Amino acid sequence: MSLNALEMKDVSFSYNHQQVLEDINFTIEEKDFVAIIGPNGGGKSTLLKIVLGLLTPDKGEVKVFGREPKKALDLVGYLPQHTHFDLDFPIDVFETVLMGRYHGMFKNYTSEDREIALQALKDVDMERYKDRQISRLSGGQIQRVLIARALAREPKLLLMDEPMASIDPEMQNSFYRLISHLKDRMTLVLVSHDVGTVSMHVDKIACLNQKLYYHGPAEEAGEGLEEIYHCSIEHISHGIPHRVLRKH
Amino acid sequence: MFEFIQYDFMQRAFIAAILVSVACGAVGTYVVIKKIVSMSGAISHAAFGGVGLGYLLGVNPVVAAIPFSIVAALSMGAVQEKVKISEDTAIGILWSVGMALGIIFVNLKSGYAPDLFSYLFGSILTVSNTDLYIMLVLDLIILIVVFLFRREFLGVSFDEEFSKVVGLPSTLINMLLLALIALSVVVLIKVVGIILLIALLAIPAAICKQYTYDIRKLMISSTIIGAILTSLGLILAFIFNLSSGATIILVLGAALFISYFIQE
Repeated sequence: MSLNALEMKDVSFSYNHQQVLEDINFTIEEKDFVAIIGPNGGGKSTLLKIVLGLLTPDKGEVKVFGREPKKALDLVGYLPQHTHFDLDFPIDVFETVLMGRYHGMFKNYTSEDREIALQALKDVDMERYKDRQISRLSGGQIQRVLIARALAREPKLLLMDEPMASIDPEMQNSFYRLISHLKDRMTLVLVSHDVGTVSMHVDKIACLNQKLYYHGPAEEAGEGLEEIYHCSIEHISHGIPHRVLRKH
Repeated sequence: MFEFIQYDFMQRAFIAAILVSVACGAVGTYVVIKKIVSMSGAISHAAFGGVGLGYLLGVNPVVAAIPFSIVAALSMGAVQEKVKISEDTAIGILWSVGMALGIIFVNLKSGYAPDLFSYLFGSILTVSNTDLYIMLVLDLIILIVVFLFRREFLGVSFDEEFSKVVGLPSTLINMLLLALIALSVVVLIKVVGIILLIALLAIPAAICKQYTYDIRKLMISSTIIGAILTSLGLILAFIFNLSSGATIILVLGAALFISYFIQE
């Protein structure tokens, strides 16, 4: 029997006495492609940080491939929202990706690490930019570099925090194309507040707003979304995503 | 015109200028790219507590400043990790509490503190051989640590969250960087003084950052630029009989100003 990529049992988390996550129970199977959707402030990023071991839940149990989150870091790749760091930083594309190969103090990057980093850049079609300073890239290119950095870890689970937020609509399609190539290699989890474009690309959706309202196939997510957004699903789901779907 | 180079004190001053530049190039680069200039300012002012303690105990104030400023720097790091206090507030508090401690230590030592001013505003012309040896040893420690932990320092400076996610011990590395800043502060004290030294630490890297995106080149060019500008300040201070620390800082400030124009 293969291990689940992620298991959460009765996970709760509060920050400054405010409940952010409440009794979250869910399981993500290996090679699933799951979107966690919910409004801003609904606890999506907190959930990711718990999976990454950056935050510890107040109660409940989290297992990543059967291990404690902190002990599973070598299996997990992470794509943060790219806006949170200084683009004017003295670092080039290759060095950024190489950071994904970090394996401890006093350990030099080996030639194998360099090869894997280069392969990750090839995977995202950014190889020719490898010597470029990161501030000289477009938003979409930076995101590709950050995906390469996550892939350089050779993860079995890739977590993506609002990958749509920082790129324009044109880039979103190429992002999904890229991600779809990764589907058979690893489990993919993305969080998004934008119901629109996500739902027709992923296999499963989880609706999160402090509590987990729905988790299941993407096509049947309507009621869960209605509950978390407190408005008719006609407005938020049927209009936009289905039109996008037809365009394909 | 260059007869001043014959004086022993001038030769020592030029060596000191080179030694401070090494600390500025290696540590100043991180201070600038990690945007911790004001925190470094707080550490430098806190070092005055160590200088005062040196007076009180009758040991070389620069030597006493080493453990004192390291403790101050680490407590700063610990406060950030554990206590719910904003970084900004912690900086302001460390800044003045360290200085206040220094003043009280000097008070407790009865009698006049003759060269206290040189620790506050620097006095590169009175740098002794002992001072130079201390600076040299600290520089070597700084270079070794920077070399050994270059990947980690780069990681926490660029993207601390991702560093944690790949298992980099970011708390430890941040502490180590703060300790290195404390050591750099001690290297710089005699040259420009506690009150002025943050500009010397930050300006060479701030100038060079406009021209290179390679961190190694940034460190080396900052060291060279730092040495040139500090020496220039020293010469100007000597010729015009001005306060050396202040002259060096103004030369650095002017160079930064000019470099922005060239870049435009």
